[in-house]
Amino acid sequence: MTKLTINGKPHDIDLPADTPLLWVLRDELGLTGTKFGCGMALCGACTVEIDGAVVRACVTPISTLAGKHIVTIEAMSGDAIGKAMQAAWIELGVPQCGYCQSGQIMSATALLKKNPKPTDADIDAAMAGNICRCGTYTRIRAAIKQVAGEQGASP
Amino acid sequence: MSANVICRNPSRREFLQGASALGGLVLAVGYSGVLRAVEPQKKYGADAMEHGWVDNPLVFVAIQPDGTVSILCHRSEMGQGVRTGLPMIVADELEADWTRVRVIQAPGDELRYGNQDTDGSRSTRHFFMPMRRCGAAARQMLESAAAARWQVPVTDVRAQNGEILHVPTGRRLGFGALAKEAAALPLPAPDTIKLKSPAQFRYIGTGKLKLIDAADIVTGKAQYGMDTRLPGMLYAVIARPPVMGGKLASFDATLAQKVPGVIKIVTIDSTPGAPKSHPLGGVAVIARNTWAAMQGRKALKVIWEDGPHKSYDSVEYRATLEASARKPGLVVRNDGDFDAAAAGAAKRITAEYYLPHLAHASMEPPAASARIVNGKCEVWGCFQGPQLARDDVAERLKMKVEDVTVNVTLLGGAFGRKSMPDFGTEAALLSQAMDGKPVKVVWTREDDLHHDYYHTVSFEHLEAGVDAAGLPVAWLHRTVAPPIGSTFNSDAKQEGNGELGMGCINVPFAIPNVRIENPAAVAHTRIGWFRSVSNIPHAFAVQSFVGELAAAAGRDGKDYLLELIGPARQISPQKLSDSWNHGESPELYPVDTGRLRVVVDLAAKQAKWGRPLPKGSGLGIAAHYSFVTYVAVVVEVAVSTAGELSIPSVDIAVDCGATVNPDRVRSQMQGACVMGISAALSGAITFAEGRAQQDNFHQYTVLRMPAAPREIRVHIVPGDFGMPMGGVGEPGVPPVLPALCNAIFAAVGKRIRELPIGDQLKA
Repeated sequence: MTKLTINGKPHDIDLPADTPLLWVLRDELGLTGTKFGCGMALCGACTVEIDGAVVRACVTPISTLAGKHIVTIEAMSGDAIGKAMQAAWIELGVPQCGYCQSGQIMSATALLKKNPKPTDADIDAAMAGNICRCGTYTRIRAAIKQVAGEQGASP
Repeated sequence: MSANVICRNPSRREFLQGASALGGLVLAVGYSGVLRAVEPQKKYGADAMEHGWVDNPLVFVAIQPDGTVSILCHRSEMGQGVRTGLPMIVADELEADWTRVRVIQAPGDELRYGNQDTDGSRSTRHFFMPMRRCGAAARQMLESAAAARWQVPVTDVRAQNGEILHVPTGRRLGFGALAKEAAALPLPAPDTIKLKSPAQFRYIGTGKLKLIDAADIVTGKAQYGMDTRLPGMLYAVIARPPVMGGKLASFDATLAQKVPGVIKIVTIDSTPGAPKSHPLGGVAVIARNTWAAMQGRKALKVIWEDGPHKSYDSVEYRATLEASARKPGLVVRNDGDFDAAAAGAAKRITAEYYLPHLAHASMEPPAASARIVNGKCEVWGCFQGPQLARDDVAERLKMKVEDVTVNVTLLGGAFGRKSMPDFGTEAALLSQAMDGKPVKVVWTREDDLHHDYYHTVSFEHLEAGVDAAGLPVAWLHRTVAPPIGSTFNSDAKQEGNGELGMGCINVPFAIPNVRIENPAAVAHTRIGWFRSVSNIPHAFAVQSFVGELAAAAGRDGKDYLLELIGPARQISPQKLSDSWNHGESPELYPVDTGRLRVVVDLAAKQAKWGRPLPKGSGLGIAAHYSFVTYVAVVVEVAVSTAGELSIPSVDIAVDCGATVNPDRVRSQMQGACVMGISAALSGAITFAEGRAQQDNFHQYTVLRMPAAPREIRVHIVPGDFGMPMGGVGEPGVPPVLPALCNAIFAAVGKRIRELPIGDQLKA
């Protein structure tokens, strides 16, 4: 039995210790906002936040997560920057198919938490792990910059 | 049946039985089965598609007593914005209040909804008018109901943003209060339906509405095929034959069965003959969750019988295609006399281009769920063509089609892959094997890359005889590529009309002597539709060759391209030996070189064509007509001395006629630039011993943010709602690849004739 704290709620998970967090979220807990795209930490669709750090859930065994605080896209509306990011995503019409966008928003939110005024190079570095096959990259960049501008304007 | 809605809930299956009692309904159903029976001549556009179109408001619109308007979307959402676009058209003509509109996704049922095969960049151009009529008819029924309630002339009432207004008195009633009475009225006869004038549109073309699914997407609530959850659901992954036409020889599941969470191992029979849309067969591992199923599959020991394609090897195959392209092939267009004109030309120029297989690699790999209850099968999945999914499941499970329901989730990208519902049939077969329990089939990324319906591989041979000014008087194009037809008929070796008509035979250049040939090519893997399909190799070859001819003539690339296109004129596709014309009428949709010129000029002007650039930088241009839409692209590249390429900006100009949702046209063009650049830079699936060699995104690399263009500016040529519309989802892609390579040539003098570019700039 592994004890996990996900979006503030405790869960007891009765699965083998090597089970990646992704499948616990999706198949056991029904938190399907965290997506499966590659299973090898190559595409970023499964990005979650663990103790403030960006983590790919598809390669993170639950055995490593006891006592840690896991946040998924489903809780991002409760996060000031996450909520602003979601609003910018809607306003700028960022999503196309939308499948990768949970992961994109998780990475973008984590970036602004660490670096409120990212340069283009900072954005490239933070977002390079998140693939969007529909090609929304220019709008993702614009949305991040818009939120960074807003955050700067009203500290 | 609920009395308080304007029509029965479209998801209720008793509707069809009830329909015959509704008298007037049949008049409004315009699907092609009916039309063909009375009119034998050739049909085009939506009329020519299987099951045509339906414009009946009783099928597409339901109004609740509280005024909520439910509009049904019968086409699949894969990122193109169709769930916003089509309902927006209905809502506008209906005078609905968009903030009270709900969009409901239709299950697969083409007899009821018209064609649902979401491909060919067709949804808006084929359903713009039916959806307008649908909204307008519903509006007129509400207006008639209000006039009857108030006992006033119907000419005195008018629908306005979710209400009916009595103009002389200012009295108002909400749609919800009138829905019941309106539903009891006969449908307006087709010739009495009054459409808005475009000046009256409040949503169409205005760009005011946000995506209907955006809020769900950004909060993680949006449901894709991968996300379906059903009570008691089991999860499956499948080991499939790695070579097309292969099958299971033997397997040992002893270890797999010991993996915690694994419940059952099931075999799926391969289908003999052409692959079609059928499952590949193999060994399925069914488990408590996806991870356990994956671990179980890893533990399987499987021996495959590879079959006739076991030696498919991309290096050898390339040589085969090359040899074919250097010999005469089936002549598919022949204007004038190429041989004589080329012999008499001042100079002959030849170039050859090679493009590898591509995988779609949508971010959501294929996924579907199924369960069987009381002999009826229900399927959920990310299908571009839910009717085909339904037909396939019924056939394979030996059920009646009406006993199969196929629900369409959001599609996490598709790009043509998900028009083939093999994964849906897999889910249904596994549910059947589990006594009807719900089973979800998950394709891993490796499954997706190993078992795609790949974009074809092609070799393109071009020759031109040019005059003293460097302009071609003779043009020869030999295109060689295993055709999509081979997926349905193993003997097919020639490109079909639909492939040749994608920018190969229908080049609209002002050249008197043109010969197009198509030597045969045998397919050794499943070939399918990849966003813009054969336009990719054809446009790459043609527009790169134009760049080469311009360079040979010492001319500016844009000026030369315009001169080759020639004066503005409308050319019948038949004159270009194109009998297909994207399925559209040759009269309504001639090839309009004036429109092609306009997009070339627009892209060039917006990119400031001709501006001075630093050493190692360059601009490249290309233009292409596909899906009855005109697109031109200018790419700016910078190549470092180390051969590192960056793309500061792209300007893409599009003339697709009038636009319903201009922001989605922009987003599709932006996406097309990224997808085209991705394919050009690194896209390649290669085969050895019959097997695809790329496993995941570390080997099949796709464009990421740092390498993507920093800016993509989209320029839309204003359109007229009175004129035929063009496609949007696909036509942006084809000119991107040659514009990029023409830019590279301008920057560093290196001509790319083989894709992907890979390390070619680093040599």
